[in-house]
Amino acid sequence: MPDLRRTAAEPGSSAVPDGSPDASPLYDVAVVGAGVAGLSVAWRTARRGLSVVVVDPSPGSGATHASAGMLAPVSEVTYTEQPLLRLGLASLAMWPAFRADLEGESGEDLDYRTDGTLDVAYGTDDMAYLDDLASFEESLGLRVERLTGRGCRALEPMLSPSVRGGLLARDDAWVNPRRVVSALLAALAKAGGTVITERAGGLAFDGDRVVGVRLASGQVIGATSVVVAAGPWSPSLVPGLPIRPIKGQILRLRGPEGFLTRCVRGLVHGAPAYLVPRGDGEITLGATMEEMGFDGRVTAGGVYELLRDARELVPGVTELELSETTVGFRPGTPDNLPLIGPLRGTGPRGPAEPAAPRPPRPPDLLAATGHHRAGVLLAPITADAIAAFLTGEPVPQVVESCDPGRFSR
Amino acid sequence: MDGVEVEAGMDDVLTLGGEKFTSRLIMGTGGAPSLDVLEEALEESGTEITTVAMRRLDPAARGSVLDVLRRKGIKVLPNTAGCFTAGEAVLTARLAREALETNWVKLEVIADERTLLPDPIETFDAAERLVADGFVVLPYIGDDPALARRLEQAGCAAVMPLGAPIGSGLGIRNPHNIELIVESAGVPVILDAGIGTASDAALAMELGCDAVLLASAVTRAQRPGLMAAAMRHAVTAGRAARIAGRIPMRRYAEASSPSRTA
Repeated sequence: MPDLRRTAAEPGSSAVPDGSPDASPLYDVAVVGAGVAGLSVAWRTARRGLSVVVVDPSPGSGATHASAGMLAPVSEVTYTEQPLLRLGLASLAMWPAFRADLEGESGEDLDYRTDGTLDVAYGTDDMAYLDDLASFEESLGLRVERLTGRGCRALEPMLSPSVRGGLLARDDAWVNPRRVVSALLAALAKAGGTVITERAGGLAFDGDRVVGVRLASGQVIGATSVVVAAGPWSPSLVPGLPIRPIKGQILRLRGPEGFLTRCVRGLVHGAPAYLVPRGDGEITLGATMEEMGFDGRVTAGGVYELLRDARELVPGVTELELSETTVGFRPGTPDNLPLIGPLRGTGPRGPAEPAAPRPPRPPDLLAATGHHRAGVLLAPITADAIAAFLTGEPVPQVVESCDPGRFSR
Repeated sequence: MDGVEVEAGMDDVLTLGGEKFTSRLIMGTGGAPSLDVLEEALEESGTEITTVAMRRLDPAARGSVLDVLRRKGIKVLPNTAGCFTAGEAVLTARLAREALETNWVKLEVIADERTLLPDPIETFDAAERLVADGFVVLPYIGDDPALARRLEQAGCAAVMPLGAPIGSGLGIRNPHNIELIVESAGVPVILDAGIGTASDAALAMELGCDAVLLASAVTRAQRPGLMAAAMRHAVTAGRAARIAGRIPMRRYAEASSPSRTA
């Protein structure tokens, strides 16, 4: 089990940098990690009047930078992950208001699109799988429409004539995650938040209590509460946190606007691929799933397989510019659900606190990480849940499945 | 499995590569939706050996499937899935040996991506080279009795004929060939690929296979843990039936309570 005290014993982790001429102010909240999760938490918290600082050497450069930005809980449902579906649906329902606030406060356009996901099948076996998926989705009360191959091509003429059929999930949406980061940074600044572009070296402790973030430079940023939102790097702050990097290779293509109008997902001989169009003609094509640790290499096989499968679905992709190849690291947990909530007494701290009457102060250490493939989708619910934990507001019940202590059995 | 031991009154263990195993169900990890689901399935399956594809897996990365296997004390059997040539397969096996400190390898050399059927020539070539290099070689092959015999002669520790293509769930398409392989084999026969449901696994054991290897049938099931338990029971049942000796098939009825003595 994780043990924070090891970190606490390190030099330079004292709570207050005594004698420091420019001792940093005490913030209400320090967020470590400026991906879509951390920035959303920071922004929504700052909007509630708390003083917020975010620590990240390069905001928006992690999984969010690679992400396609699909808000697609319906078409990504699986038999074994219904808590994730419920969480995703709850967050999808929050996206319109989240987007309106964010665009309003930042003045930026997120390229938020609500035309749904078209999930298509290439071969008969893939079609059988989609039929099975459609029955499952219908049994859960999710809205999907079954389409013939011609029906699919009426919606997306660039699809291959070989497409056998598909499912349209009208309620799925998508957004440009890079614009979301840019907008969050602008909105956070407007709400009075601070961003420190330095690497966090660890947590700062006073005894067993977390009292801030220690920067790699040694300086301590004091905070009443620290939110760990460092994605796959989170275990470097909270040793033993059950998060691992899951490598993804993802491509960006550039072509004429309107080449595709919806998010197209497809199964090609059992292998899933997706193409996500932007308003500016960019198409994001993803993605591999590799248990390779922090291996940042783009590989020939990864790029080949993505292009090969995309070409089967949409033959015209070969005429597009290959504008970017990216590797990102999804923060994966053992059950694919994120960690959202206080960390104290839930396992990653080791022994639980005595059940003495707790002082009416917010938790000192929280997690908002481990979002795997769904960080952008889950940003609104993550942000509001963490804000609720910090301010004492009621926390949405659906977030209970994300209790960071659930693995310490 | 304890049930078989008790019922058959014998010490029924699988000897493979010089090691002894009580479970005759070998699991694969492909297709599992999450590590938790995989862990539950492995637990329910009772497996003692599990194959892991070495392609796109860093054995040093923490928190991966390898950690789950180590935690559960399950023997890791690296496989060469995704290789198309003997050269790639030999290279992959050597990298796996170095990284995982095991000289066991499930040899898999694929002929084409659509069927994922094994390439017999490349497989044989790789098997010869790996045996010479000191590996315990478990080759995945078609249901070809002649090739099975040749691989045994080449020094493979087992042969692993398919029931049907990988991931197809079509069951055992040519039970007769599996029987022929079993009849002449001097090494364990492990039915690999094609299992769709529990009766397929039971049939493999009834035909005389020494073990069954499966992945998708469990990992892609609606409830992987429950299907893993079903497979464990099926393998035990099929093994017991094989040892017990089935009755001959008859064209006409034979009263089970004879009215006179012979």
